[in-house]
Amino acid sequence: MVSLKINNKTIQADENTTIMEAAKANGILIPSLCYLEGVHQVGSCRICVVEVEGSRNLQASCITKVSEGMTVKTNTKEVRKVRKVVYELMMSDHDDNCLVCSRSGGCEFQELGEWIQLQEENPYQGAHSKLGVKDISNPSIERDLSKCILCRRCITVCNEIQGIGIMENQNRGFDSFVGPTEGFELMDINCTFCGQCTTVCPVGALKERDATVNVWEALLDKNKRVVVQTAPAVRAALGEEFGYEPGTLVTGKMAAALRELGFDDVFDTNFAADLTILEEGTELLMRLKALISGDETSLPMITSCSPGWIKYVEHKFPDQLDHLSSCKSPHMMLGALAKSYYADQLDMDAKDMFVVSVMPCTAKKYEITREEMLGDVDAVLTTRELAKMIKDAGIDFVHLEDERFDNPMGLSSGAADIFGATGGVMEAALRTVYEIITGTEMPYENLHVQSIMGLEGIKEGSLLIDKTTPEWSGLEGVTVRYAAASGLSNAKILLDQIRQGTSPYHFIEIMACPGGCISGGGQPRLTTQAIREKRMEAIYREDEGKTLRKSHENEAIIHLYETYLKAPLGHKSHELLHTHYVKRNMYSK
Amino acid sequence: MMEKTCNCEAMTEQEKLKFIQDVIEDYDHDPSSLIQILHVAQNVYGFLPIEVQELIADQLDIPLSRVSGVVSFYSLFTTVPKGKYVIKICLGTACYVRGSKRVIERLEKILKIKLGETTEDLKYSLEITRCMGACGLAPAMSINEELYMQVNPDKLLGILENLEGGEA
Ligand code: SF4
Ligand code: SF4
Ligand code: SF4
Ligand code: FES
Ligand code: FES
Repeated sequence: MVSLKINNKTIQADENTTIMEAAKANGILIPSLCYLEGVHQVGSCRICVVEVEGSRNLQASCITKVSEGMTVKTNTKEVRKVRKVVYELMMSDHDDNCLVCSRSGGCEFQELGEWIQLQEENPYQGAHSKLGVKDISNPSIERDLSKCILCRRCITVCNEIQGIGIMENQNRGFDSFVGPTEGFELMDINCTFCGQCTTVCPVGALKERDATVNVWEALLDKNKRVVVQTAPAVRAALGEEFGYEPGTLVTGKMAAALRELGFDDVFDTNFAADLTILEEGTELLMRLKALISGDETSLPMITSCSPGWIKYVEHKFPDQLDHLSSCKSPHMMLGALAKSYYADQLDMDAKDMFVVSVMPCTAKKYEITREEMLGDVDAVLTTRELAKMIKDAGIDFVHLEDERFDNPMGLSSGAADIFGATGGVMEAALRTVYEIITGTEMPYENLHVQSIMGLEGIKEGSLLIDKTTPEWSGLEGVTVRYAAASGLSNAKILLDQIRQGTSPYHFIEIMACPGGCISGGGQPRLTTQAIREKRMEAIYREDEGKTLRKSHENEAIIHLYETYLKAPLGHKSHELLHTHYVKRNMYSK
Repeated sequence: MMEKTCNCEAMTEQEKLKFIQDVIEDYDHDPSSLIQILHVAQNVYGFLPIEVQELIADQLDIPLSRVSGVVSFYSLFTTVPKGKYVIKICLGTACYVRGSKRVIERLEKILKIKLGETTEDLKYSLEITRCMGACGLAPAMSINEELYMQVNPDKLLGILENLEGGEA
């Protein structure tokens, strides 16, 4: 602990805190822009300068640590002047047409403007050389260089958290910009479309490609049957856009809002998550069987429900694609079923159906354009975009009565709910696989696999098969080893092991975003570690609140197999629910 | 610094690639040697084409954006091929005062390119430089290793023609 003075207030603070943190803890706020707690603390924008007695220059309070006897002033004439000039300079090269900017209302630069309150015309007039320079090369992410304030947050996230390195400073002086190598757009390189950069960008420079226009068009088209589905992680975060505390579940209101928006069928991606467990679980069992009988097989098997992860592995480990489960991601499964199973029930032509997926994810916008699965899903909205549409339609979300999902693809187990968090798919799979092999329930309290719960980047555990049903007797005595990783730099560690032949695992779950879908690239901004934890708790709460906890006990899934698919990995399943992967180069130029 | 020398002009494309790969090997694929490796590569190729940047990124296991970030930050690196004759006109104070601007204007007119550019036939590149220590005989310029002093704009055409034994 040290003692220091900020604006005549004597305060105590831990010596490892910054001036900004110490000030905030004592009710003194300092403006900031590039600073992002725990993620990006490099002092690049200088908006947070303060006067420190004894230092010749003003100090960036977001990176300067407190020290014993320090005297800090946050509101002197000099500080106010420099702060204003820094803001004016950033503004001078910023396309500040807020009225047609999708970020307006939730923009950190705009908020800062409210704070600084310029009284007159900005004396600095930049060249606005980036006006109109956009990257819309791909279906997931739009870059608008005229909005970029060079804060570098995206560089940190893309390099350090995801380990990809698409974003970097290019050129210098007036020509400098943040992005991939000059001449390359995101579609030309190994961008995974995870969208983590869009969740940290403070302005309108990085965002999802808009799908709301297309979805409105479909909704207003009388000849279209518009089907919607929502991913597990959406219900745990959507509320934040309407002022709810992080971690508030809004499942019922969300279903009501979707119906209000005019969707004809409100289905649940969770239904398809249960289906995934049956298909993927069976696939795992087949591979384990092959292992025991000495046949050729690829273990560990790795989950395939995160399209950002898939794109990553196709670029970076094209020699390891055999390890991927062939299952489509759950929303693609549901899309394929909507246009076959459900369209048959309605006795309608699938061409007149328009399937919309509401996802916490930007990579899924890319996924639906993949040749292998083209047509399963017609549009992907992020959680943020759905919130926009609800507001746009004048729906008073907070006062909606809870409603339910529609049959036949609305029922889901608790195992499906936890798909939204890292470790959840693994837990859901183990609940089912263990029971198939042994004929008894997984012997864990509350059916939770503690070793792979929580926000750690890589988690692992093992499960002894101590008894089996006659059919699986070959697996008796086998210890199944599993791991779950989230964030792509963590995925790389597990993949390097596989490539080197040292991976000890049978089954690995990978999600591209740190913490899993709960902090996906399409979720409400900003996602701090505390918010991640709350969303994760919400998801486990949803699971525990159900009596139906295991995918294979889902009546609607059982019915689907009995009446339509016949058996997991059967002929129809292969046609509708499975896919294949593509070896990709790092750069396509 | 690298002790390796090369006779780049005579190398085939394959030999050039191999040479760079060997150099990266010598540096132990260490990303912190990026700048040195880029130097060598630029000496071999005369510039840093994107394919070479990709190769270096892959071999050092770092993102291409980082390689290009460094290349585009330092003015000593270039991503466009340079002409056979690189003409550098001094813009130091003495030369400036004694009319190097007129030299630049005349060269731009003769070669039909702007400062910083290269003629389409890859023969001439036009650049500026700081004081070359020939202030007494300003304005000064250099063409490759050769220094020219008291340059008279009217004599420029003749100088260029003489570069290749009068056939330019
Ligand atoms: S990025 Fe922010 S400040 Fe800039 S135009 Fe958009 S809303 Fe306005
Ligand atoms: S989408 Fe992901 S991989 Fe692509 S630039 Fe953004 S953070 Fe990097
Ligand atoms: S794109 Fe956004 S996050 Fe990246 S540097 Fe620009 S303003 Fe910052
Ligand atoms: S907020 Fe401190 S330097 Fe940007
Ligand atoms: S100023 Fe040109 S040589 Fe010194």
